[in-house]
Amino acid sequence: MYSYLLPEFIIERREDRCIRCRVCERQCANKVHLYDAELDRFFSSEKDCVGCQRCVALCPTDALYVRPRLADYRPNSSWTRDKLQNLKKQAATGGVILTGSGNDKPYRIYWDHLVLNASQVTNPSIDPLREPMELQTFLGRKPDTLKIDYNSDGKPRVASELYPNVPVRIPLLLSAMSLGAISYPAFKALAIAAKKAGVLFNTGEGGLPEQMREEYANNAVVQCASGRFGVDADYLNSARIIEIKIGQGAKPGIGGHLPGEKVSDFIAETRMIPRGTDALSPAPQHDIYSIEDLSMLIYALKEATNYTKPVAVKIAAVHNVAAIASGIVRAGADIVTIDGIRGGTGAAPLATRDNVGIPLELALAAVDKRLRDEGIRHKCSIMAAGGIRSSADAIKAIALGADAVYIATAALVAMGCTLCHKCYTGRCNWGICTQDPYLTKRLNPELAGQRLLNLLRAWSHEIQEMLGGLGVNAIESLRANREHLRGVGLEEWELNVLGVKGAGE
Amino acid sequence: MLVQQYYRSERFVPDKEMDACGLFGVMHTGGVRFGGQIAIDAIKNMKVRGSGLGGGFAIYGLYPKYKDYYALHIIYQDKNMAAKKVAEAFLKKHFYVVFDEEIPTNPDIRLFAPPLAWRYFIAPQKSSADEGIPDDEYVISRVMHLNSHIEDAYVFSSGKDVGVFKGVGFPEEIADYFMLDKLYEGYIWTVHSRFPTNTPGWWGGAHPLSILDWTVVHNGEISSYGTNRRFLEMHNYYCTLHTDTEVLAYAVDLLMRRQGLPIEIAAKIFAPPMWEDIEQMADGDRKLYTALRMTYAPLLMNGPFTVIVAHHHEMIGLTDRIRLRPITAGAKGKLVFLSSEESAIRAVCPDLELAWTPPGGEPVVVRMHTRDHLKSLNKSI
Repeated sequence: MYSYLLPEFIIERREDRCIRCRVCERQCANKVHLYDAELDRFFSSEKDCVGCQRCVALCPTDALYVRPRLADYRPNSSWTRDKLQNLKKQAATGGVILTGSGNDKPYRIYWDHLVLNASQVTNPSIDPLREPMELQTFLGRKPDTLKIDYNSDGKPRVASELYPNVPVRIPLLLSAMSLGAISYPAFKALAIAAKKAGVLFNTGEGGLPEQMREEYANNAVVQCASGRFGVDADYLNSARIIEIKIGQGAKPGIGGHLPGEKVSDFIAETRMIPRGTDALSPAPQHDIYSIEDLSMLIYALKEATNYTKPVAVKIAAVHNVAAIASGIVRAGADIVTIDGIRGGTGAAPLATRDNVGIPLELALAAVDKRLRDEGIRHKCSIMAAGGIRSSADAIKAIALGADAVYIATAALVAMGCTLCHKCYTGRCNWGICTQDPYLTKRLNPELAGQRLLNLLRAWSHEIQEMLGGLGVNAIESLRANREHLRGVGLEEWELNVLGVKGAGE
Repeated sequence: MLVQQYYRSERFVPDKEMDACGLFGVMHTGGVRFGGQIAIDAIKNMKVRGSGLGGGFAIYGLYPKYKDYYALHIIYQDKNMAAKKVAEAFLKKHFYVVFDEEIPTNPDIRLFAPPLAWRYFIAPQKSSADEGIPDDEYVISRVMHLNSHIEDAYVFSSGKDVGVFKGVGFPEEIADYFMLDKLYEGYIWTVHSRFPTNTPGWWGGAHPLSILDWTVVHNGEISSYGTNRRFLEMHNYYCTLHTDTEVLAYAVDLLMRRQGLPIEIAAKIFAPPMWEDIEQMADGDRKLYTALRMTYAPLLMNGPFTVIVAHHHEMIGLTDRIRLRPITAGAKGKLVFLSSEESAIRAVCPDLELAWTPPGGEPVVVRMHTRDHLKSLNKSI
């Protein structure tokens, strides 16, 4: 059926610059640029353009411009362009509108309304170029107290048995993106960067390829999601942390669906499913309908790994998230991961992505407060995920109570992603969110890994600078230290939930 | 006479040099009680560190006659008698009050907004539901309740045979106001000379900060305050005195009294070695320090600090791990001194036998009937 959709982008080509090298034509998986040799002329199929900017970035003569096409429908504050386009899409297809990447709605981004403190006279700032600045963090459950006794030579030693904890050199982890949702080069780039940076990457629910287990196991968080793809004892033991995925910020209450055409031999083997079959992971885990059920799975995983690995539970930030997190900790989880409404995804129903869940900042503050009120905050680490865009977001998340943060969209952007929101089509021109061999070759895992490593390094330097400015030389002294935050332009209820004072107070 | 009329106006001289706080502590390791002149003279010698907005003393061995009872020093802001009535009703409900009186003050000394200061010697009066609660816990919970629920009433100190005298003014003014040099003797004296950072100078916020038998005087600003405070709240310590030092007093109580950790370990929790140093340690030490940092990360005290922590039979000096605020120790015979400045020690003991400056994070532990304090001497520079 004819869609009546208007193109989203305008493609402009400066003929005086174009040298007919045809790079744009080869780079576009959507076949937007078509070269007519007889006429020696390019034609553009604008309706197929997703605005990924690949052709623009690689055009050697800067001849191309891809711009959003905004002023086509008659301006209307209520019936906006995206609403009209979506109506037409659904009228043509009768289906759910899919989308990729994270929420792009202008909900308040609280990070941008929080400002940090700086040392002045009485408390000198610390120069990280001259003084040690410690970012190392331990993830896992901490004991209530330590018992100390003394050796025969009078030296103190720890007599308590400790829970398994995982050190990360910097409090920035690479969030769950499964092999299948992203390409193998992208997946491997995450692992390479995590290893070099001394942090962890999260496999997502797509399993961990056998050839990566030996080299990257020390840096892997493996996921046990509803589909149980790739989950066996070897997989569980090939990781530092096991994460049970209950929910995801981009699509709370929605499961995953990797279409059969993306399930190649390699992905089928890693996920332990037949080639070419749809990989469906339902929203509910069908053995978990209560905190007690969750507890059984947590301890089953602990048993399977001989109590050597922390078990994390990932939930989406939703209403009553604090009470849910409390139950999760009481169920035995060592780490709670909270994924906010701006979390990314490979594919989600647009309506869900944009309208379900709450901002990470509010959820994080509420969870931290609730766990402290109940005296169980030390029994878990809190990982914050979903829309961390910069080192400033990360450090503010830690000041709101996170032990560490997960980044995913930022990592994809470091690899080349331009947030065209078309991950679900499987035609990612940047070779990230695709299984097409022609496209995946565009991404060199070593080079992409280096870009990610650079990003982590840059952020850790920035975090060190800001910590030094606060007069703090260990990241743990900033955790939940809301005295170092002030709100600007926030209402009283928001300040109350965040637990921060307004600027000037 | 120590206090002169110009003190009051001097407090507001705009070009006053604002250095770091002055701290001083002196202990007789033989347990002999002595008067306050040493502490008063030493802190006067560091007058430039003071601001006139806060000063105070803690004295151990103060009330031998009532040493079996908890001695509550309570101030009533603005001499609020209604607050006194409420507080006393609360005390009578939860304690046996064996004796109480107004803390004597010198009417000739004029200070900024002095509150009514009262002391009560009390013993727990437990209901059957509270039978199993140790006395110290019982007292702490009531003190926390009083501080956080009864407006204008604040408990200055709550230990046995120990008392805190503090207020808005120079420490020598406070000493004269409470007549510390005339009325009291003790075997440990600690003193502090400056307003509590980031607060308006107010009587409750001045140092020493105390809980039960623990008192803390502190120089610097604890930038980890929010983290420390929120961790302590989980253990039912509520910071009501609006100053960063309060967390140190409670952290000491939590770690040493409740959890039974020795001071040497507590010092390494407050000012731990750097990770790069821990990585170089032998296995046993590495395991110990890693476990301490993991478990007690929220009690790492960040930012510049020097503290003198005291309780019965023990006085501890500690600086932050990168020694942004140094501390000096000195000793002669059975007297051991801790101070922000060596000059203050020499001012009261010119013929010192030893004087040394320990490195950051290395505690000087002065204990009764021992020479443990010399342990830090070998590491001094």
